[in-house]
Amino acid sequence: MTFKFNNVYINDVATVTGPYEKAGPLGKYFDMCYDDLYLHQKNWEEAEIKLIKDSIDLLVKKSSVGVDMVDLFIGGDLLNQIVASNYAMMDFNNSFIGIYAACATSTLGLILGSMFIDSGYIKKAITFTSSHNMSAEKQYRYPTEYGGPKPKSTTFTATGSASALISSLKGPIKIESGTVGAVINSTVKDVFNMGAVMAKAAADTIFKHLQDTGRSIDDYDLILTGDLGIYGMKILKDYMFSKYNICLKNYNDTGVMLYNLESQPVYAGASGPACAPLVTYSYIFDKMQKGKYKRVLLAATGALMSPAMVNHKLNIPSICHAISLEAMV
Amino acid sequence: MRQSYQDIVSKNSPKENVFINAIIAFISGGVMGVIGQFLIDGYTVWFDISTKEATVCMLVTLIFLSCLFTSLGFFDKLVNFCKCGLIIPITGFAHAMMSAALEFRKEGLVTGIGMNMFKLSGAVIIFGVVSSFVFSVIRMVVGLI
Repeated sequence: MTFKFNNVYINDVATVTGPYEKAGPLGKYFDMCYDDLYLHQKNWEEAEIKLIKDSIDLLVKKSSVGVDMVDLFIGGDLLNQIVASNYAMMDFNNSFIGIYAACATSTLGLILGSMFIDSGYIKKAITFTSSHNMSAEKQYRYPTEYGGPKPKSTTFTATGSASALISSLKGPIKIESGTVGAVINSTVKDVFNMGAVMAKAAADTIFKHLQDTGRSIDDYDLILTGDLGIYGMKILKDYMFSKYNICLKNYNDTGVMLYNLESQPVYAGASGPACAPLVTYSYIFDKMQKGKYKRVLLAATGALMSPAMVNHKLNIPSICHAISLEAMV
Repeated sequence: MRQSYQDIVSKNSPKENVFINAIIAFISGGVMGVIGQFLIDGYTVWFDISTKEATVCMLVTLIFLSCLFTSLGFFDKLVNFCKCGLIIPITGFAHAMMSAALEFRKEGLVTGIGMNMFKLSGAVIIFGVVSSFVFSVIRMVVGLI
């Protein structure tokens, strides 16, 4: 299902990251970076809450729109009961919708916010997502100090939080349309190969988006997927060509862009709900405002993985939500 | 030609360097064995104790050191590099237990450390006991014949 939006703009964005993202190739594009993974907090969960609070505070400061003038917050993260988002929102006393779509949360939030704004129910909304390498590692894999070897196809959860202020007032980036994806049976059971889990969902949503809008892949200056990693990128390219006969040319993956894969210990690339918005809101928006890209399709991909279901030997489902962004230069 | 998704996945999935990993594990595991033997020989000479007692002291020393190094934060990188060379010896068990204890210590003494310390290493204990029982039975039966 693709929704076309007439008057929704991203007015301002804020990005907060940890040390690994700062050391990566896009380090200079972020608004704020922490050198300590604990962010001066007592534990990993509180560190992630701090990431969200910081990014919203920064966004409010940058856009000079008071928190009381924002009608609705939409956000989510990776942790059980989306605790980071819920606990961060305790400070704001504002209407909040918590969402979960794993690493596709960012685009789902933008689509939902755009719907509320375009239908006239609200004027301003803030969407946010976060992920923290250590809290995700603790919940989904092993204790953070455990050094068991991982295969090369493993992805590295990004530490950061990104938030965006969206409204019907004209801004630098227009949200032109959004496609809500379906849950796809990836037929993959390997938790250390998330790229393979999510590539199938990405292909499905990108194809549906092109079909619904009647566009071809060349109508976009850049196709961005969320966090497939280097191996997931190859799988998506091959699968798109083999199944839909679509050749992905102007294509990149935010998981590959966020880190320096050669020198940083990140295996196949970055992942996590924060990965796609961190790269898009910083580097991609910068390039869009400078005129390098006119229209970008951001297809954030999420592996809807639960350790219990993996232990039951079930296939891992995945989902992908895509939004089409246009530069207003 | 249409390929199945599984084929595309297996075609594009990275191959692990099994051979190099095995060599690294062989060498690092061997070094661990040498260190262990050195400690046993040392303890028998320095403290004038039997080899059996020195073996226990050696195990305690290795467990203590891997717990200490895990807490200091660099042992995970070492394990990640040496792989089974450090995981199969007693150091791997101590590392798994210590990392879980460190992770959950902030969730309280009972609800945190108490309930989660054996999250990874619990399997080692259970299947260690089960397999030693099975092997004792086999030994006993063989002894009777």
